[in-house]
Amino acid sequence: MQRSATRNARLFLLMVGAAMALLLAAGAIAFLTDSPRWSVDEVALLRSLALDALEPLPPDPSNRVADHPGAAALGERLFFDARFSANGAVSCASCHMPERYFTDGRPFGVGVGVIPLNTMTLVGAAYSPWFTWDGKADSQWAQALLPLENAVEHGGDRTFYAHLIAEHYAAEYEALFGPLPDLSRFPRRAGPVDDPDAAAAWGAMTPEEQDAINRIFANMGKALAAYQRTLLPKPARFDRYVASLGDDGRPSRPGVLSEDEIAGLRIFIGKGQCINCHNGPRFTNDAFHNTGVPAAPGYPVHRGRIDGVAIVQSDLFNCLGPYSDAAPEACTALRFIVTEGDTLPGAMKTPTLRNVAETGPYMHTGQFATLAEVIEHYNAGGGFALIGHNELHQPLNLTPTEAKQLEAFLHTLTEEP
Amino acid sequence: MHRLYPLLILAVLILVGCFSSPASSTTSASAPANLDFSTTRLSEAGRYRVSFTSELNPIAINRLHTWTLHVETPDGAPVENAVIQVHGDMPEHRHGMPTAPKVTQYLGDGNYRVEGMRFQMGGWWEVVFEIEANGEKDRVVFNLLLR
Ligand SMILES: [Cu+2]
Repeated sequence: MQRSATRNARLFLLMVGAAMALLLAAGAIAFLTDSPRWSVDEVALLRSLALDALEPLPPDPSNRVADHPGAAALGERLFFDARFSANGAVSCASCHMPERYFTDGRPFGVGVGVIPLNTMTLVGAAYSPWFTWDGKADSQWAQALLPLENAVEHGGDRTFYAHLIAEHYAAEYEALFGPLPDLSRFPRRAGPVDDPDAAAAWGAMTPEEQDAINRIFANMGKALAAYQRTLLPKPARFDRYVASLGDDGRPSRPGVLSEDEIAGLRIFIGKGQCINCHNGPRFTNDAFHNTGVPAAPGYPVHRGRIDGVAIVQSDLFNCLGPYSDAAPEACTALRFIVTEGDTLPGAMKTPTLRNVAETGPYMHTGQFATLAEVIEHYNAGGGFALIGHNELHQPLNLTPTEAKQLEAFLHTLTEEP
Repeated sequence: MHRLYPLLILAVLILVGCFSSPASSTTSASAPANLDFSTTRLSEAGRYRVSFTSELNPIAINRLHTWTLHVETPDGAPVENAVIQVHGDMPEHRHGMPTAPKVTQYLGDGNYRVEGMRFQMGGWWEVVFEIEANGEKDRVVFNLLLR
């Protein structure tokens, strides 16, 4: 009886010891090789963010030449041609620099003057139903016309550009859009612009003459848009990581993302709530949100979407206008536009996060120089909205380590060479 | 030895638990428990039985799409000529839909085409239809949980 009890106690200790050793070994293996695996739902969510989930570029029915290679070729030449500016020194590429993912690295764009808005990337922009920070254009071609006639961007006007097309691109233009009218009777500078002389000259033209010029101007925009539709996102390290994930929620190859980057990704889709707006393979919902971003010091507060709505609805070059190639039913952005409500004032379009680490400074006037500052803004629950209301409700309570991990993750969205 | 079986089982259970490492949960919508997600509901004052079908199933975010709304009386008679307004909200967030959907066509048999539906984020949504027919107003709210 006594012997048996002793033997049992010894066996008991042996078994506990073996169990503990196995536990330790298992813990060590997990620590060395793995962050926690992703759940089935999380794997589905991660796959929805990967470039593999990006659908083919939807057609732009308002632009007959949207997918015409000749139009894209003409558009590309126009995009880089600085003759298309008041001072002969500014092209689209002055702010949309290809080597910077079509941004400029500055808080404000610099054209003929200073544009008090941060330059948005063009990569993948063609997917959006709305263009610019406040969505003041409903197509990429209508958007392209806005900076051309803005006094501080390209600083020209539409007869100025029509003359330049006739002088430098007549053959390319006519191959796409048919014969150019005789432009010799038109003033060199005329358009509905800030410049009083150009505006007066425009007012003196007949509606038929204005229409002839408007058509050339719109076609320029359509060629520029055809080029910009070719600027599509390319795979990043993040995409390789998602592709390596099995249905069991583990990567088939280790090391594509570091443990910190994976932890940051987990925060991105979880505690950080980033995915609420930065969703889908372009990491944007293409919607307008007010997150209480401070105004640029010394500049007025941008009114955001409330202004964008008014501008796009009255834009001669919108999808429902006379220069659009779309049937009215196809103008879905305008047909179902939200025109009222307290979410419009101060709301700006969610920017894509693809290549975000390389496209600072951030926010609509480049208020934040670094991603760390952006994360700090959201970690505090956004700021006090100077116009409208901040949609965010509460601080995220990310620890300094978590904020750093989130930042590390954002660096994995840069396309690989 | 038989007295040691429970211990063995315990050790095995611990190890199994350890190897199936925890899949940490994503903070998804913390919608109230027991939300009714059915696609057929009685309107609030009980005037209409309303159901919807979506051309997207499951409903994906960031995609413009069309719903068909069916409106009938509680005893099953189709409701014709209704004037219907629609809007959606995320009760946990301070925003609604990115579009203003509209009823664009009466399809007959109490069915209405609802165009311009679009949701810009996953989580809990309420889609509200205000229905007025024959001078009688009522509203119905559908809950959605989108991914
Ligand atoms: Cu929301």
